[in-house]
Amino acid sequence: MKDNKYGSMKSHSEPGPGDGGRTGSWRVVRPVIDNSKCIPAKSNKMSCFTCWLFCPDGVITKTIPPTIDYEYCKGCEICAEECPVDAITMVEEADFTEEEK
Amino acid sequence: MTEKTTILNLPEEELVHPGNRACSGCGLSIIYRIGLKALGRDTILVVPPSCLTVLQGLYPIAATQLPCLNVTFASTAAAATGVLGALRAQKREKTTVVAWAGDGGTSDIGIQSLSGACERGEDFIFICYDNEAYMNTGVQRSGTTPKGVITTTTPIRGKLQKKKEVPAIIAAHGIDYVATASAAYPLDLYDKIKKAKTISGPRYIHVHTPCPAGWGFEPRYTVKIGKMAVETGLYDLYEIEHSKFKLTGPSRKLIGKKRKPVAEYFKTQSRFKALSDKRTEEVQQEIDAKWEGYENE
Repeated sequence: MKDNKYGSMKSHSEPGPGDGGRTGSWRVVRPVIDNSKCIPAKSNKMSCFTCWLFCPDGVITKTIPPTIDYEYCKGCEICAEECPVDAITMVEEADFTEEEK
Repeated sequence: MTEKTTILNLPEEELVHPGNRACSGCGLSIIYRIGLKALGRDTILVVPPSCLTVLQGLYPIAATQLPCLNVTFASTAAAATGVLGALRAQKREKTTVVAWAGDGGTSDIGIQSLSGACERGEDFIFICYDNEAYMNTGVQRSGTTPKGVITTTTPIRGKLQKKKEVPAIIAAHGIDYVATASAAYPLDLYDKIKKAKTISGPRYIHVHTPCPAGWGFEPRYTVKIGKMAVETGLYDLYEIEHSKFKLTGPSRKLIGKKRKPVAEYFKTQSRFKALSDKRTEEVQQEIDAKWEGYENE
């Protein structure tokens, strides 16, 4: 690691994303937010964010509109299940071209 | 702490990195993320072998931004005592020490060191996430696995023994704060951890944590199933503060209301498939008797 003050053999880890690699590759279905239904996107106010609260991996942002980090989203579908207005739909990954990914 | 936290005033700062090794739809990931928000940066975690060891990050990248001390199964609370001693020697007494263990590390292997630390009155928070089996090693039965549940070590008829009531065991030590929470109600957990931080001495929080891989359900239903366990009255959320028992949040609202039948909860998970109708009826009666007691208080 960077700090060599105590010699080379240290067994502590440095914090950082991607401990399990690019976990986005685990995903079979991709969550897509429909901004015409999403409460914060539609009302332009800080509200709802149920998806942000329940996302196990913290890949959804608490912003207007909420965004999803597809690099690490594991595709568990909890956000789609919990969204109170069904603004999140799960789309097959195969439907996206290589570029869109 | 009378004001309740809402989604909007929950801190935005994340202390857990994405891209960790937890399964998709992991209930523990939800409570770990929200729990660390409540604990804040000035915290040292003590973690025995469990799914959390995997989630918090393996060498060389850590998914957690807080210092984590990985210790042996049996010594979780004893190691936390050691960390407290070291902090005392350095005069850093404001730092919170949190032992975060699974149900095996709490109810089976780690119970003697936890009991000892509670009896000595060590100033730490012990959080047990209860996914009702040894999920990390491949779903073996633990002390908190409910009766009739199929695991890899109870494969055909299911577990023959009852679930151990760990919060009641810890409360019997007479410590100032014992609470139960659920992964389906992260804000309730957040408030309970915040409250625990204001109390000194040993504090214990037991969190019911659905596990898609071990319980046999689709990852998308993690929160639904957690909520169902509370709504059927099977798992209740309460606080025992200075020996005073009080139902909290969603469980408190259930008083005097009709609860969902527990059979509905059993049907959602494949681990309950060996459960007979007679046993389901027995569980329903146990729940009804328990709630009758709450309602007559």
